[in-house]
Amino acid sequence: MEFSPIILSSLSLLSLLFAAIVVPLVISSQRLLIAISFSLTAVASLLAVAAGCWVVGSGLINKLILPLGLPNLPFHLRLDPLSGFFLTVIGLLGFFVSIYSIGYVKGFLGKRSVTPLVIFYSLFMAGMFLVVLADDAFFFLISWEVMALASYFLVMFEDEKTENRRAAFLYLVVAHVGAIAILLSFGVMAGLATGFETFNGYTFDAMREAKFSSGWATVAFFLAFFGFAAKAGVVPLHVWLPEAHPVAPSNVSALMSGVMLKTAIYGIIRITFDLIHVFPWWWGAIVLFLGLISTVMGVLYALMQHDLKRLLAYHSVENIGIILIGIGLAMIFTSFNLPILAALALIAGLYHTLNHAMFKGLLFMGAGAVLHATKERNMEEMGGLIHKMPWTAALFLIGCISISALPPFNGFVSEWLTFQAFLLTPALPNALLNLLIPLGAALLALAAALAAACFVKAYGVTFLGHWRGHHNPPSAPPFMKGGKGGVEVDWFMRIGMILPAIACLGLGVFPTFFIQWMDIIPEQLLGSKIAASAGAFGWMWLTPVSHERASYSGFIVFLGILSVVAVVYLLLHTRRTAVRRAPIWDCGFGKLTNRMQYTATSFSMPIRRIFGFLFNIKEQVRITPPVPPFNKGGGGGLHYHLRVRDRFWNLFYQPVADASFWVSRQFGRLQQGRIHIYLVYSFITIIVLLVFLR
Amino acid sequence: MKTYPLITEILQIVAVLILAPIFIGWIRMVKCWLQGRTSAGLFQPLRDIIKLFYKEVVLAENASWIFRFTPYLVFGVSVLAAAIIPILSTDLSLALTADAIVLVALFAIARFFTALAGMDIGTAFGGMGSSREMMIASLSEPAMLMAIFTVSLVAQSTSLAQIALVIGHGPFILRPSLAFALLAFVLIAIAENGRIPVDNPATHLELTMIHEAMILEYSGRHLALIEWASMMKLFLFASLGIVAFFPWGIAGGSLSDIPLAFVLLAMKLFIAGIALVLIETGLAKMRIFRVPEFLGSAFLFATLGMLSYFILE
Repeated sequence: MEFSPIILSSLSLLSLLFAAIVVPLVISSQRLLIAISFSLTAVASLLAVAAGCWVVGSGLINKLILPLGLPNLPFHLRLDPLSGFFLTVIGLLGFFVSIYSIGYVKGFLGKRSVTPLVIFYSLFMAGMFLVVLADDAFFFLISWEVMALASYFLVMFEDEKTENRRAAFLYLVVAHVGAIAILLSFGVMAGLATGFETFNGYTFDAMREAKFSSGWATVAFFLAFFGFAAKAGVVPLHVWLPEAHPVAPSNVSALMSGVMLKTAIYGIIRITFDLIHVFPWWWGAIVLFLGLISTVMGVLYALMQHDLKRLLAYHSVENIGIILIGIGLAMIFTSFNLPILAALALIAGLYHTLNHAMFKGLLFMGAGAVLHATKERNMEEMGGLIHKMPWTAALFLIGCISISALPPFNGFVSEWLTFQAFLLTPALPNALLNLLIPLGAALLALAAALAAACFVKAYGVTFLGHWRGHHNPPSAPPFMKGGKGGVEVDWFMRIGMILPAIACLGLGVFPTFFIQWMDIIPEQLLGSKIAASAGAFGWMWLTPVSHERASYSGFIVFLGILSVVAVVYLLLHTRRTAVRRAPIWDCGFGKLTNRMQYTATSFSMPIRRIFGFLFNIKEQVRITPPVPPFNKGGGGGLHYHLRVRDRFWNLFYQPVADASFWVSRQFGRLQQGRIHIYLVYSFITIIVLLVFLR
Repeated sequence: MKTYPLITEILQIVAVLILAPIFIGWIRMVKCWLQGRTSAGLFQPLRDIIKLFYKEVVLAENASWIFRFTPYLVFGVSVLAAAIIPILSTDLSLALTADAIVLVALFAIARFFTALAGMDIGTAFGGMGSSREMMIASLSEPAMLMAIFTVSLVAQSTSLAQIALVIGHGPFILRPSLAFALLAFVLIAIAENGRIPVDNPATHLELTMIHEAMILEYSGRHLALIEWASMMKLFLFASLGIVAFFPWGIAGGSLSDIPLAFVLLAMKLFIAGIALVLIETGLAKMRIFRVPEFLGSAFLFATLGMLSYFILE
């Protein structure tokens, strides 16, 4: 067999399976196990990246039929540019996170066995690779389940905590409700492709060939969209996400937020543009609408959080929303037969997929580094870490700038492309859309600005200012108690973060390269590409439609700011003006303490007040009156209690949960615990069956 | 590389660097006259900046590199923006670097770092300023985008040079959409630059300051850079308004147009300064939680502009 990208990706899968199954059996030393298996997953990820880049670069479509599976229903693999792109994204972050894990997982040594973490981590990666490679419904669902179950066990890794068990259970439930919807959607499509008598419709090829009636296509699409949206954490199906992502080990959170959610995006693109490929505009409008809701709600909820990892998890909801905006616009443009604009919107969505994987991975790894050093997830107890963890602080800052969509980093490029797609909607021949879609652009702008506010808060409270912690736990690192001592993470973790940080900058400064590289995807899916105009002015300038319409040069922005900064710095420092260090100005008060700094809660207070109607907020101020003698600590106290809850929980989930408990209780009445009653049940069942099915 | 765009580029950057403090001086001068005070002259802001450059830097003990880096970055962003906006000529060698949306994002990165610097020293004032600044920014950004959207509907472009060309060289039509967009833009510019009624650049009263609270701990050359950059920001917003709504007279591709462009720019800024002073003297600073209404109306105006384009034009 000749050497092809799909062989390369199969090699990658085999090494992942080897890392999951053989390595833990052979190696007994936990320290060695970490080193070997994460090195193996890193190599496997690189192989996948190579395969993905190869296939996207060449535009090949590779297929492979495995001699596995059910009788007469073998598993199909297919590697085309769309899968190749997602393979690259997953592999790239997988590589970074695997390096990071070598350092990070050592933190669990001596506390618990890391063997399950290693096994499920490898299986999880393999599952994600398989999802994008699968080319038939069975294999897709099996891969989907491998991915979901492996990640469930990873969320459960620290299972002694109630919080983790609860989160993992919620995750499992939502994942499976989603999986059922996807299964049904495939069922509809397979049935319509070849009729319900045979099973030959289960391959994606058969579905591609099939012509669906618009009614059934709608059913299939919305079932699949529901299922994938549950996985991607689209509002209102997002509730599991901020529970499950924070409690998983940070390397796993990075993968879950950075790339696992993207497999759902892959699924949506695959089903919409590849399998169904003819659709009315209102599907796109619904995707766009949900994308916008997720974007704004995600960032607003993120702003209310003071748990660093939870905050990042809510931002995943936001960014998935941004990706869906691109996809929704692409769908609308496609249905009105504007393929070039559709290509632009799809590129915007895909580019954001790649960008989000990089910066969210980086941010979760950074949060993991902070957690590793301080054993703390609550931002209100942190502060001033920039002095103790200079590397982590600088790298986390790059992540913050990227996710806040600030030039010249990568998040900005994809949001700018999305804005350009929005600005081109007046070309649509539909007055209603013309009037409504610009409001969507405004919502995206709102979300981008709120994200910046949120990351000023996250970074400012965690890394800047003074240490805020007021009661230092005994296990706290020495610097918390005022002592010195390095808490910076080791080099594996640093390299694991440095690489995505470089990627964030590279993707932001040289977007034209990457856009030309991935231009094959819209060409194959939509029959149109944007490279001819996007790169018309050379690699330095990104001109998505034409240079008269809009242009951006991340390179010049980067170089321009950098050179002005350098020149001004040099000019000012030829003349040595003294720098004096002095205490901060306290207005003559003289009793400033670290607890008087702005906190995460106070930082977001203005926004909480403006957008408060979207949340379920309980605010309580309790005043304990002073009791004499006042001089002996009898002074009263002020207690401020704030609880911000997701409205969606009470709106959608509580009723469903209550209803299912009620139903289970009703069924519970059948359980009498006496054998003769159960015999009566069996008797009645048999009689009923005899009557009806005789 | 053609020499003309390069020459105008350099001319323009120098012009912005020097004119920005003078523009502020002009605003302060008019304000003094209106309030019956004697003004310190057009060049006082320039003298202030020069004075600050010679002063010693007093750094808070806790300040990290972010605090020291921010002034340079903010200044760098302003200079870059000065190189991009077609203030004197539409033919600039860096004009393609950024369209209107990128420009807004450039100011956003300066704001992001200023807000971080406010949090860096760990005083309550700094945090308060950062928090409020980011709140105002989050509300002004959608309005700004809507205004850009409306202008781009008319010009079929978000490229600033293209907007100036289309609106400046097309037939003169009174477009309701642009009138609404201008109204929105003025409100946004007031909020973004921290002018009355949103913020008061002259206040150091603890509870009312926003931008000043963030930069409270700056001194010496750092303060000079920040002050200079914020003067440039106001100047650039004024020129942005000129580019989008009154672009008549901006030079095209020949060097002989530059003197005329310069004179016209000075006249437009002269009027813009008076208008700003009239707004600032006529209004009182509003409570911080009235700002959402203020920016909400900016958003509404911009949306009306967009709608009136679709309905009327």
